[in-house]
Amino acid sequence: MAVIRDVMPAFDLLQPASAADAQKLLETYRENAWVMAGGMDSFDWLKDRIKKPQVLVDLSGVDELKGIRTTADGVEIGSMTTLTDIAKDATIRKNYGLLAEAVEHVASPQIRNQGTLGGNVSQDARCWYYRGGWPCYRAGGNECFADTPVGRNREHAIFGANRCVAVNPSDSAPALIALDAKFVIQTSKGEQVVDAEDYFLGPEVDITRLNILRPGDLLTAIRIPSTWSGAKFYFEKVRDRNVWDFPLMNVAAAMKFSGGNIDEIRIAVNAVAPRPMRLTAVESAVRGKPADAATGEMAGKLAVQGAIPLQFNAYKIPLMRNLVKRAIGGVQETTWTS
Amino acid sequence: MSDSDDLKQNEGATKTITRRNFILGVIAGGAVVSAASYRFLAPSRRQLSGAGERLITLYINGKPRRVDVMKQETLAWTLRYKLGLTGTKLGCDRAECGSCTVLIDDVPYYSCSVLTHTVRNRQVTTIEGLAAADGKLHPVQQAVVDEQGFQCAFCMTGFIMSAVGFLKTNPNPTRAEMAQGVSGNLCRCQDYSKILDSLMRAAEYTRRA
Repeated sequence: MAVIRDVMPAFDLLQPASAADAQKLLETYRENAWVMAGGMDSFDWLKDRIKKPQVLVDLSGVDELKGIRTTADGVEIGSMTTLTDIAKDATIRKNYGLLAEAVEHVASPQIRNQGTLGGNVSQDARCWYYRGGWPCYRAGGNECFADTPVGRNREHAIFGANRCVAVNPSDSAPALIALDAKFVIQTSKGEQVVDAEDYFLGPEVDITRLNILRPGDLLTAIRIPSTWSGAKFYFEKVRDRNVWDFPLMNVAAAMKFSGGNIDEIRIAVNAVAPRPMRLTAVESAVRGKPADAATGEMAGKLAVQGAIPLQFNAYKIPLMRNLVKRAIGGVQETTWTS
Repeated sequence: MSDSDDLKQNEGATKTITRRNFILGVIAGGAVVSAASYRFLAPSRRQLSGAGERLITLYINGKPRRVDVMKQETLAWTLRYKLGLTGTKLGCDRAECGSCTVLIDDVPYYSCSVLTHTVRNRQVTTIEGLAAADGKLHPVQQAVVDEQGFQCAFCMTGFIMSAVGFLKTNPNPTRAEMAQGVSGNLCRCQDYSKILDSLMRAAEYTRRA
């Protein structure tokens, strides 16, 4: 894709000042509207002329969508809160350090200053065929260019592929799933609250979008219950460069102990499948066991069962095995006994 | 030759234009069209209700500037091509290099990825706004001069703006923290060690200033 050094094609810019107005505008223009939060995902699409919305609804002026509020049961983070603000927030750092760590690993400082939590969880797939404007399944076509004998698919899925093999690239998503967060969505029918893991969609449901937002819907807030406040957290992101890059894979886990054994656990991995993957089989297998190398190893092996690698991403299987092992057994154990 | 003769000749030319001439004409005219299109062609789409003013006031380097801004225009474009503030560089235009970094309300942003219309009521600081009115350099600029931190220096203004923004949040960084602070900027000369030398000196100058 040639880089076009020119201004973007024209669109009309609408700048609502309230969430209600924003939702109304999205409802009015529906498929013709593009929702812009921080804009870090949007501008690539617009500058490359791959997406040409008639109307851009800029949410940056909607102050009620910004900020972190303490509620009776945890915290509520406005969808337009920047990643920097989340990473700096004292409550988040103290009680929900998993999320602070996850958002600190996103892209670069400038992008975190501008990028928002709502945008980070709602961003589109990074498959370069798709983003380069190729007429693939996700773009409404009839072919996947990544899943061919010569397709460049090093970053693509090892689980859950269904025609499209792109992965969800969000760093905050697995952390929010591990923290059992709830996503608050304003729709034309009113407010809808969904579990973090139900916010994301696989290609078997709708191949053209990564989340449940339909035209006219607006993600307004993310609520984190106090259930996992102060639990033992683990987050790790693997990427080619230490700045900017999307994850080759990341893992987020929250664990509670009783009598030295894992009592409760939630663990999720992203960039392995079209949607962030919560590892429920691993969760039930390690419950009641000590968080040591043996448990970690067992969990790692269990986690990758059923993985189907593509031509260039078989490395993701041992990577995922190791990340899950480290998330549960700790990082000091680095050798495999089998 | 009178105007009407001119017109007749043009009509004749239009009628007899060949495909080859048309293509040649497009090649010759293409550069002009593409250079001018941002100004004259882009806003041709029908205006929708709710469209705001195009003539807006921006607060750049402490001064209000009236400027005609398209809806889809990025801040980097406005600064460079409307306001002549070419100290802000456009490297990748994709939020991937950092050379367009400016401060918006003292926070570093990639100006290639900010719509100008979204910063109407905010304070924008570019490299041109760092030095004092009497010409005395900003401590970070002075440190870069003293340490000769950059080779080709295309990325320099972005690095300086990032460092100025970062030092406001952490005035006493370690070298590793400073590296983290300006990690959103790339230098293709790979001059990072010297850049960090100058930015560590910059931190020292800023604390003293």
